[in-house]
Amino acid sequence: MSRSKREDVASVAAVAGGGLLSRRVLLKTALAGSGATAVGLATSSKARPDADIPDWVTMAGERARGYGLPAPAEASVQRAIIEPWQDVAAAFSLSGTPHHRLRGTITPSGLHFEVHHGGRPDIDPTHHRLMIHGLVERALKFDLDALERYPMTTQTHFLECAGNSLFNAIMPEPMQAGCDMLHGLLSNSEWTGIPMAVLMDEAGVKPEGKWVVAVGSDGPALARSIPMEKIVADGILALYQNGERIRPEQGYPMRLLLPGFEGNMNVKWLTSLWVTDAPSYTKHESGEYTEILADGSSVKFTFALGVKSFITHPSATMTMSGPGLYEISGLAWSGAGKVTRVDVSADGGQSWAEAELAGPVLSRALTRFRLPWRWDGAPLVLMSRAHDETGATQPARSDWKARYDPSNFLHYNAIQPWQITAEGAVQNVYL
Amino acid sequence: MSIFKLMTIGAVTLFYSTALAEGPDLGQPLAADEIPFYATYVMPDGRGLPDGSGTAAEGAVLYAAQCTGCHGETGTEGPVMPPVWPNELWPKSVGKHWPYATTIFDYIRRAMPLNAPKSLSDDEAYALTAFILERNGIIDAGTAMTATTLPEVDMPNRDNFIDVWATQGDKPW
Repeated sequence: MSRSKREDVASVAAVAGGGLLSRRVLLKTALAGSGATAVGLATSSKARPDADIPDWVTMAGERARGYGLPAPAEASVQRAIIEPWQDVAAAFSLSGTPHHRLRGTITPSGLHFEVHHGGRPDIDPTHHRLMIHGLVERALKFDLDALERYPMTTQTHFLECAGNSLFNAIMPEPMQAGCDMLHGLLSNSEWTGIPMAVLMDEAGVKPEGKWVVAVGSDGPALARSIPMEKIVADGILALYQNGERIRPEQGYPMRLLLPGFEGNMNVKWLTSLWVTDAPSYTKHESGEYTEILADGSSVKFTFALGVKSFITHPSATMTMSGPGLYEISGLAWSGAGKVTRVDVSADGGQSWAEAELAGPVLSRALTRFRLPWRWDGAPLVLMSRAHDETGATQPARSDWKARYDPSNFLHYNAIQPWQITAEGAVQNVYL
Repeated sequence: MSIFKLMTIGAVTLFYSTALAEGPDLGQPLAADEIPFYATYVMPDGRGLPDGSGTAAEGAVLYAAQCTGCHGETGTEGPVMPPVWPNELWPKSVGKHWPYATTIFDYIRRAMPLNAPKSLSDDEAYALTAFILERNGIIDAGTAMTATTLPEVDMPNRDNFIDVWATQGDKPW
């Protein structure tokens, strides 16, 4: 396809301002490109004697190995470590997933975000046990061998820290950092484990058992009160993450998984489920994960995470490689169910186009969205706006801020604008 | 079959499109003396509080020895947030924000100090709780904290919360 024909397609297929194109444009371009490739093959076979060939086609490769690792050239793809108090309180340690370096929906286990309130424990799995006690007919304990024989379920779900995107929530000026720092306390895994309802049924919950205090086997023995209704509806005792045993950073040898609920409640290194008649007001549901509203009152037990999205490609800290055709790509999710639609704007919100959702779209899981875009080299602002099956949509930052006390940085789900400068720099901005 | 069991089956059928899977019933009986203290949590009404007592004066000595490295000499400056009494940076401090005083005792006992959690005795945890409450102006210096007095402490922000789970369940706020 000639250059002028490509430009014809781009102008005919425009669906919104700023160069946003029909979702079908990239597919057409790819088909045209495959024809050109066939011609190229014929040409290169004639030129074979003179071609520069790489060393690795001239020798035997490496042997098989027991556990694979990313390519050495990818060694810079790392979690961003956030240690607010450094060595003074090193056990309070966080790391963010580098979403701007990833393109799918599943987060590689080694890049899953971490928020540790007391550090990562080194647990001997042969001595770990899960206790179910309190308002039950039979107080029980389970070791890992026994749990292996239970029926399991496999579900893909995101986990997001209630404090994800905190810098955008509270910093007066937008911080210039990548998606690892700005939105990295979010990851998505395929979890396999035992439906919590099976274990609760075996213990026999008494009618007055309305809450469960879940406790981890870490230094601070992190504890959260969880409604029994949620535990038995879709709670999972997760043992496997992306097919292999849960990583130590994510709760080895077992964690609680509560789809759609704030990360802190998905207790890692789970050792105790204490059935009670009421919440116990643990530290994390008293001081840590409560939000002060604009009028000075507060909200408590704000468990589910709101609908949210951000564009990963392009995103802050990246530099555009010149005008032309790009694919805008990003992630959307909701703690209330499935994402139903993602709108993208390339003119700061004046016009919007609907992005393609990469299926299957799963409930309470990350969904990848994509839209072709022709950047003409002029400065503009890209944004994404997700909607979920409850009808909820993302607010503008100013609307989100207006609901809360200025200090609040929890449950931030506002629209993320990225500014593209004339030089091609991608920057975090507030609109 | 109990009402609860019926409810459980209904919920699982909804989410997994299968009947409640039958477990192999491999849980072993758990005796009361096998349950460590941190597997429960002191309740706001005082259930679960152990015997013992501590005063603010006793707590001040412990605080100076074990807590200032993170929370600061006065408790307001950190470096580690949240502070243990109010400052301008962090409005969700214990005295201004937390709804129940029992939480302070339980959290100190299970989680503090960060590098040696569970090293404090019950009396020490009561003393540090008394010290923090006294510095926040919530109790007077002469009141010892015990299983009886701690649940009676009236936290000023207690009735200033909207319970989102009770009002709208799992619909995000």
